[in-house]
Amino acid sequence: MDFTFTEDQQLFAEAARSVLTAEVTADRIRERWSTASGLDDALLQQIQELGLLGMLVPEALGGLGLGQEDFVMMAQTCGYVACPEPIAEQAMVTAPLLVDVLDKGLGHGSVQKALDALQGGALIATGHPINPFINFAEHAEWFLLGHGEGLYLLPADEVTIRPCKSVDPSRRIAEVNFEASDAHCLAKGESGAALWRATLNRGALSSAAQLVGLAQAMIDQSVQYTTDREQFGKPVGTNQAVKHLLADVAVQIEYAKPVIYRAAYTAEISPTRADLAVSHAKVAAARAALLATRHCIQAHGAMGYTWECDLQIWVKRAWALVREWGDEGFHKNRIHEWLLRPNALLGPDLTFGRGSITDSVAA
Amino acid sequence: MDLRYTDEQIVFRGEVRKWLEANVPKTPLPSFDTAAGFEAHREWERTLAQGNWGMVTWPEAFGGRGCDLLQWLIFEEEYYRAGAPLRVNQNGIFLLGPTLMEYGTEAQKARFIPAMAKGDEIWAQGWSEPNAGSDMAAIRCRAVRDGDDFVISGQKIWSTRAVYADWVFGLFRTDPDSERHHGLSKILVPLDAEGITVRPIPQLNGLPGFAEIFFDDVRVPAFNLLGGEGEGWRIAMATAGFERGLMLRSPARFQQAAKRLIELFRVRRNEVLDPTIEDAVLRCYMDAEAYALSTYQTASLLCGGGSIGPEASCNKIFWSELDLLIHETAMKLLGARAELEPQTAQEIADLGGWLDGFMFAQSGPIYAGTNEIQRNIIAERMLGMPRK
Repeated sequence: MDFTFTEDQQLFAEAARSVLTAEVTADRIRERWSTASGLDDALLQQIQELGLLGMLVPEALGGLGLGQEDFVMMAQTCGYVACPEPIAEQAMVTAPLLVDVLDKGLGHGSVQKALDALQGGALIATGHPINPFINFAEHAEWFLLGHGEGLYLLPADEVTIRPCKSVDPSRRIAEVNFEASDAHCLAKGESGAALWRATLNRGALSSAAQLVGLAQAMIDQSVQYTTDREQFGKPVGTNQAVKHLLADVAVQIEYAKPVIYRAAYTAEISPTRADLAVSHAKVAAARAALLATRHCIQAHGAMGYTWECDLQIWVKRAWALVREWGDEGFHKNRIHEWLLRPNALLGPDLTFGRGSITDSVAA
Repeated sequence: MDLRYTDEQIVFRGEVRKWLEANVPKTPLPSFDTAAGFEAHREWERTLAQGNWGMVTWPEAFGGRGCDLLQWLIFEEEYYRAGAPLRVNQNGIFLLGPTLMEYGTEAQKARFIPAMAKGDEIWAQGWSEPNAGSDMAAIRCRAVRDGDDFVISGQKIWSTRAVYADWVFGLFRTDPDSERHHGLSKILVPLDAEGITVRPIPQLNGLPGFAEIFFDDVRVPAFNLLGGEGEGWRIAMATAGFERGLMLRSPARFQQAAKRLIELFRVRRNEVLDPTIEDAVLRCYMDAEAYALSTYQTASLLCGGGSIGPEASCNKIFWSELDLLIHETAMKLLGARAELEPQTAQEIADLGGWLDGFMFAQSGPIYAGTNEIQRNIIAERMLGMPRK
């Protein structure tokens, strides 16, 4: 039993953090808003060169061969800097789905090509049926799309893209439609459903990790603002009413993080049993992040309600990610169904499942 | 990261479970805030000590088993799972014990720890005074050095367990010219000493769970000074850290309560009209798990030689609000009958002790440093917000 990250994991997280915090700033995010693509190509290239897009891809397939514990640390940083580029989605959702397809021997030649393209820096979009929109669809070279339980891989020129306008200018979302034909089908029936289930958990875990990063950034900005801003001759942050707003968010973040780490561990070790842990992570992270949006806007006073204030970048991202990959209702329902099962593993001795304790006690 | 128990930990759990199954009283003990209940709980402490289960983290020489914090968590999980009695000596074993281990002399450890472990000496705590509650540095109760003794005069209040306990530990002002957190010392005082008057204070449930203690020139030997003279504040902060931190409220307590709440929910869900009830039950389950996961994370960190930072202040808020939510939700599920103090075996079975827990939960956000004080600490020390 050791619920800590290894030194290697911490070093990797630190390396990713130093790149992302240096390269993704509020000013540069605003610059992207007026560009056609909304993407920072130089950043994407740097991330590609570091191998982050293929961080979860086995070394034999050209990736870094890291695990989901490593991923959630990096994804928190993606959230912390409000990175607009879909780095987390590429690394955690699309790449592992392609790897899963290859592992199961379901793909045709295009799957390997798509995985290579992704690791080479191309965007490969995943359109899980639970999400109505795909971010940066107009710049994707390939699409992994769902129809019923089926999983389809299509090149960009075979899909219809209808761009939509998000309230968050960093999100370039679109609806994507396609003709579900056998020629593009990778899996259907139970094997398709299994691939989509695993993908949903990875997406939800990715969102959860980004959400706590977003929440932490909102807190840090609010601490800075309430320290600088003076009223009645003293910083507004000296008032207990303001302190307690931010302390409440800090408590929620503090208790969402271990839930996310447990979910990452479970998804890595025992992916078919990860639903409960992942849903818990998404609900806990959403709660922390939503509280952060509300309390941090309040801590900024009228500034918090302006376009000018950078806080809006983080607030709007949190609002979107709370709904992506299953909203609170979806994930609470998964937990609820499990709790009502007569054989649900409940109680203080079962935090980490049953293990072999029953045998040991019986003996 | 490896979230599997080692074989050694699994064997340890089995050993704890087996002993508890054989020894935990079959019917619940009366409240330890009654004279009879107090003695029944003292007997239970003696039973635990006979099995060397009194405080598993202590060295074997002091009646413990030299367990690490992860084993302590496993012990607690089994303890709550078995529905074993609450620890009447929690002030001693969870708060004073760790402080004695860290700051006590060998002679002090030998004098106090074994008696604490055996339940022969049950401890009350003496922090607050009428004018020193959240503002603990305003303590005025004096302890004046006189030869080999201290002579104590003044008053303490909200002293948990003081009505029936044998000893009290607390902070006293040993330097009469000092102010605030300077000049305070931690001193251990027998409650049967001459000059002590204990006045019980009935709590919300009518039972005297705490008391006022009046000290009228009470003489105690200087041997009872824990740590250096004037070091009391620093030592008290360490104790408060233990209290808010890992020891006082182990996650198993809330996980077991959440499990019972879910069982109650399965039975009563169709009797309750409040559409928010399911959300509350889910949240209780999730937060109890989150508290456990966070505690495992902290225990792993400490076992690996790390240390806890100011983020530990988050946990007192989290568990006390969780405890309230669990019990408020249970009261909703019980409906109008929730207010009944059970009189018959049937009522005890039906009402499951939820009312007692609900009443006690009201105190959680107040004791061990109010949650408002905790939020100040989080804002200032963890987030770095300006003090003035």
